[in-house]
Amino acid sequence: MIINIVRFQSTERPFWDELEAELDALDRDGARTLTLDGAQRFHYLYRRSAADLKALNQFPAEIELHQHLEALVARAYAEIHETREISRVGSIWPWFSRTLPQTFRRQKRSFFGALLITLIGAVFGAGIIIFDYDSKGLLLPFAHLEGDPSDRVAFEEGVEEDRMAGGKSTFSAMLMANNIRVTIMALAFGMTFGIGTGILLFYNGVILGLVICDYILAGESVFLLGWLLPHGSVEIPAIFLGGQAGLVLGLALVGWGNRTSLRERLRSVRSDLVTLLIAAALLLVWAGIIESFFSQYHEPYLPYWVKISFGGIQLFLLYFYLFRVGRGDELEEDPS
Amino acid sequence: MKTRVRNSLTISSSDQVSFSIPLAGPMSRFLAWVIDIGALMVTLSLTNTLVVFLGFISTDLAQAVLIGANFIFMFGYGIVLEWFWRGQTIGKRYMGLRVMDEQGLKLRFEQVALRNLLRVVDRLPVMYMVGGLSALGTQRNQRLGDIAAGTIVTYTPKTEIPDVGDILEHKYNSLRKHPHLEARLRKNTPPQAAALAVDAISRRAELDGDERIEVFHDFAEYFRGLVTFPDEDVMGISDEQYVRNVLDSLYNARAK
Repeated sequence: MIINIVRFQSTERPFWDELEAELDALDRDGARTLTLDGAQRFHYLYRRSAADLKALNQFPAEIELHQHLEALVARAYAEIHETREISRVGSIWPWFSRTLPQTFRRQKRSFFGALLITLIGAVFGAGIIIFDYDSKGLLLPFAHLEGDPSDRVAFEEGVEEDRMAGGKSTFSAMLMANNIRVTIMALAFGMTFGIGTGILLFYNGVILGLVICDYILAGESVFLLGWLLPHGSVEIPAIFLGGQAGLVLGLALVGWGNRTSLRERLRSVRSDLVTLLIAAALLLVWAGIIESFFSQYHEPYLPYWVKISFGGIQLFLLYFYLFRVGRGDELEEDPS
Repeated sequence: MKTRVRNSLTISSSDQVSFSIPLAGPMSRFLAWVIDIGALMVTLSLTNTLVVFLGFISTDLAQAVLIGANFIFMFGYGIVLEWFWRGQTIGKRYMGLRVMDEQGLKLRFEQVALRNLLRVVDRLPVMYMVGGLSALGTQRNQRLGDIAAGTIVTYTPKTEIPDVGDILEHKYNSLRKHPHLEARLRKNTPPQAAALAVDAISRRAELDGDERIEVFHDFAEYFRGLVTFPDEDVMGISDEQYVRNVLDSLYNARAK
């Protein structure tokens, strides 16, 4: 078939313009739904434009028109063939009450993997304190932890003025930004088949084990709990969630015992990864506030039992939320 | 079903519709990134200026807002823009690039979020070296973030449909006497050459006398090399008119 391109263009262009206008309207309002007549008209316009594209394939000289129609047909194709559920902005409550805890439980294998790696790191850190105390300073990233724990406790409990005055918000923002960045890295390093995530979790575990062991051996367990528990009961699980996401990604890449293609495996975990990361980020925002405005105050200003109770209750609530909330209608397997 | 040809992704749907999506190369993506970095720097600098005023109320709060804003802009810039602009940022829009689902379906939020969050590995060790090597080494020019998110970056130039009717001026075209040669001309002419010739005709007024003669001489020689029409029908026609006739034959073929 030989076509007259000018006549072809003038006849068909109104249909292309109508399809483009409809696509633009759908772009502007993602929640827009079509009536039955509207959907039938949309489908007709798509089919007609696709047929025009096919006819134009026999007319290779018209490169720009061809590109224009291909782009139009590609956009319409995406609208027509998309069958996955579209998430709505208004669905925050279902996300909190079902999606997040169910996602966590669906991928709990990776959570316990992250926990285990961190614990192994913690044991290694404790070993350093017990067998090679002099190396402590080389590993600790914070100067205030390098000295003797008892000296620090004596100093903290002897402080009379509010050292954090005029700097709480800044400190809080720094903590949030740094911890969320670390959590994003824990997820992103999943692309190294989970090895990078594992190393990051192990290193965090080493630091944690080193500090905990150091304070316990110095007889400052109560101070340690009062200092760490209020924010750590949220911050440490949040890092685990980031690590969990990284390991989920790593396992999807490796694909042990899963016969589906790499593309399918990644597609099936994508939503879970983002859900876990958003959860971790929200927890870290809260942890940043608590660490700056609460954790840095010690006895006699703030009794340790208050701080420890606060941290304990928080940890219990987090456990209850992640392991108990939203049970009943959850999928045991990946949504794919 | 999807098949791949060099630098494009061809999608053939079950309803017999087939179309190609040209893929963006690493260089155009790098340039888009440079523009985005510039846009980010300007945004951050404006934020810093605004935060100075907040400092009059509380220095602590101003510092906190600054840290928070920097962090949110660094990670949120790509996520927010690509989500609300359907796969485009300022740099991508300027360069005519767009992020798309690798199966031609609608881009989803988790895809946008994931590809942007995974930039932390793609930019390692410096200047997106990991991401660049990955894009060079994968069939669909995907960096690691794209692989995980199932996305591709496509080249979608803003196309203006040329109004060739006005260009051709409806003069007598002696090439029309030879429909079989016209058909061969249409078959042999690469689309890029036809598009360039249309461009040359539409912008001929911008060319000086000698340049104009030289440009159309080159075009005419090129088209004569593709198909030879009988001398009696092309003799005495200027090079520019010859190119017009060729375009008329290419674009205004008579319907059969």
